[in-house]
Amino acid sequence: MTDQELQLKVISLRRTMLRLIHNAGAGHTGGGLSCMDILNVLYNRVLNVSPQTFTSPTRDRYVQSKGHCVEALYTVLADRGFFPASDLDTVCRYQSHYVGHPTRHIPGIEMNTGALGHGLPICIGMALAGKMDSANYRVFTLLGDGELAEGSNWEAALAAAHYKLDNLFAILDHNTLQITGHTREVMCNEPLADKWRAFGWTVRCVNGHDYAELTKALTDPPESGKPTFIIANTVKGKGVSFMENVAKWHHGVPNETELKQALAELDVAEAGLKSA
Amino acid sequence: MFTPAAKTMAEKLGLKMGRANLEEFAATLEELAKANPNIIAVTSDSRGSGKLAPFGKALPKQIVEVGIAEQNLVGITAGLAACGKKAFGVSPSCFLTARALEQIKNDVCYSDVPAVLIGISSGVSYGALGTTHHSLHDLAVLRAINNLTLIVPADNFESREAIRFAATATKPVFVRFGKAAMYHLHQPETKFEVGKAITLRDGNDVAFVVTGETAIHAVLAAAQLAEQGVQARVLSVHTVKPLDTESILKAGRECSAVITVEEHMVNGGLGEAVASTLLQAGVCKSFRIVGIPDEETVPGAQADIFRHYGISMEGLTEAAVKLIGK
Repeated sequence: MTDQELQLKVISLRRTMLRLIHNAGAGHTGGGLSCMDILNVLYNRVLNVSPQTFTSPTRDRYVQSKGHCVEALYTVLADRGFFPASDLDTVCRYQSHYVGHPTRHIPGIEMNTGALGHGLPICIGMALAGKMDSANYRVFTLLGDGELAEGSNWEAALAAAHYKLDNLFAILDHNTLQITGHTREVMCNEPLADKWRAFGWTVRCVNGHDYAELTKALTDPPESGKPTFIIANTVKGKGVSFMENVAKWHHGVPNETELKQALAELDVAEAGLKSA
Repeated sequence: MFTPAAKTMAEKLGLKMGRANLEEFAATLEELAKANPNIIAVTSDSRGSGKLAPFGKALPKQIVEVGIAEQNLVGITAGLAACGKKAFGVSPSCFLTARALEQIKNDVCYSDVPAVLIGISSGVSYGALGTTHHSLHDLAVLRAINNLTLIVPADNFESREAIRFAATATKPVFVRFGKAAMYHLHQPETKFEVGKAITLRDGNDVAFVVTGETAIHAVLAAAQLAEQGVQARVLSVHTVKPLDTESILKAGRECSAVITVEEHMVNGGLGEAVASTLLQAGVCKSFRIVGIPDEETVPGAQADIFRHYGISMEGLTEAAVKLIGK
């Protein structure tokens, strides 16, 4: 898939996710929009996983540590055919397994996440198992800015380097906002790159909305014996002007008018891309 | 651990001293792991206290050290289990079930991976080290988590069988061990079945419903009571969850009184589980929970703490006599 095809696809994915959150009456809109490009690249260019190979022991693993952005993941998985798109109508509904955080009841989801700071340790176990079995699969996780305040991430940062897990890739959706406001004001985690390098990781910094940069960061071979930390600089609420860089959209749900306006903006972006 | 009178009673009963359940666990795991390279032990600087140093020496590729990082230990154990490994996360129960409780709940139980967690030196095994090192809450919190089999072995036999079960289980399992040497309580022909309590002694005057390393004290008390003409039943409830409600209800219906015994706070452990079982079935008998009360635990070694709170042959005999009014 070309960059332009992915750029067109992500507009459609954002549209689907916004409708989903509006219909569900709940969801994490801002972070879902900020990580959508990352998920788009992962599932359409990077991960060797598909509905047909999901049970294969040699598939790549993706664990979404920032589980609250599950609406983005549901949208991408539906698009990739892991389950019918009509399932998205049931998100957060009575007796639907499509709850507000990932669960293994849903095809394509590896682990139940949602409490922050859990994904990275789990991925270390998965990456260690791969090493033990001399399997070629890679393990990816997606972390959030606010999530990095959880101490378990730093326990895991030590262990991943200690065990030289070069089959492990942690991506930070670095939109710099969390529910209360700017991460630097809530609990500063900078300088991020220096911290992760000091823990023994290779660090790659990219524009998290640029397909060429994301693809390169996610597919370049890792430095031998080192886990890779990818700082994807993103915009919370990406693609919808009134949601961009506004903390209240962390879990804000668009009303009818806001949805209409957001979709109209996406339509304009789509038309612009098509005419480019 | 035992008064001279209790030791004499054990001798009279022909009970032989075994090794610590923790040692039995480590030896069993090593034996199983030698035959199954998929078995992985995960430790948090705990291979020494978990008696796994020989395992680490014999099977260095089958042990993962995570350092003093219990949350990471459980997450890694879950990740290994999700990728086909039979992973045993081994850590002191006090830290494992408090600091890493959220990982137990979400990464293991909710994610439904076949991981095994081993809570070592549980209860007041680390007695004199103080409350930081006690796990008197673990049964209560683990009982409240869905999708977990919770086993508390009473002796070496139950320990061995619990580990054998855990090694082939397809669902999450937690096994809780102490570190004191234990008397052998079972006959060679005894059958161990997860979720099925074992009757160690029969009687209808009072039932001791016990779990873990307190079982021996109930066995001795039952023998002492017999000398006074009181026939006590002793039910070893090695599986705290799922609870063998059938055996508990049978004991409740057939015996005049029920005493539960556990190395755990009286809140939320075996005792309350048994009380709930009996009451909900309409079985109302004289009832007492023997355990550690809701107070700052008395300082002392495990044996001191047990004696202080009546977890001893003498204490349980006295509790039974009082309860049945003889």
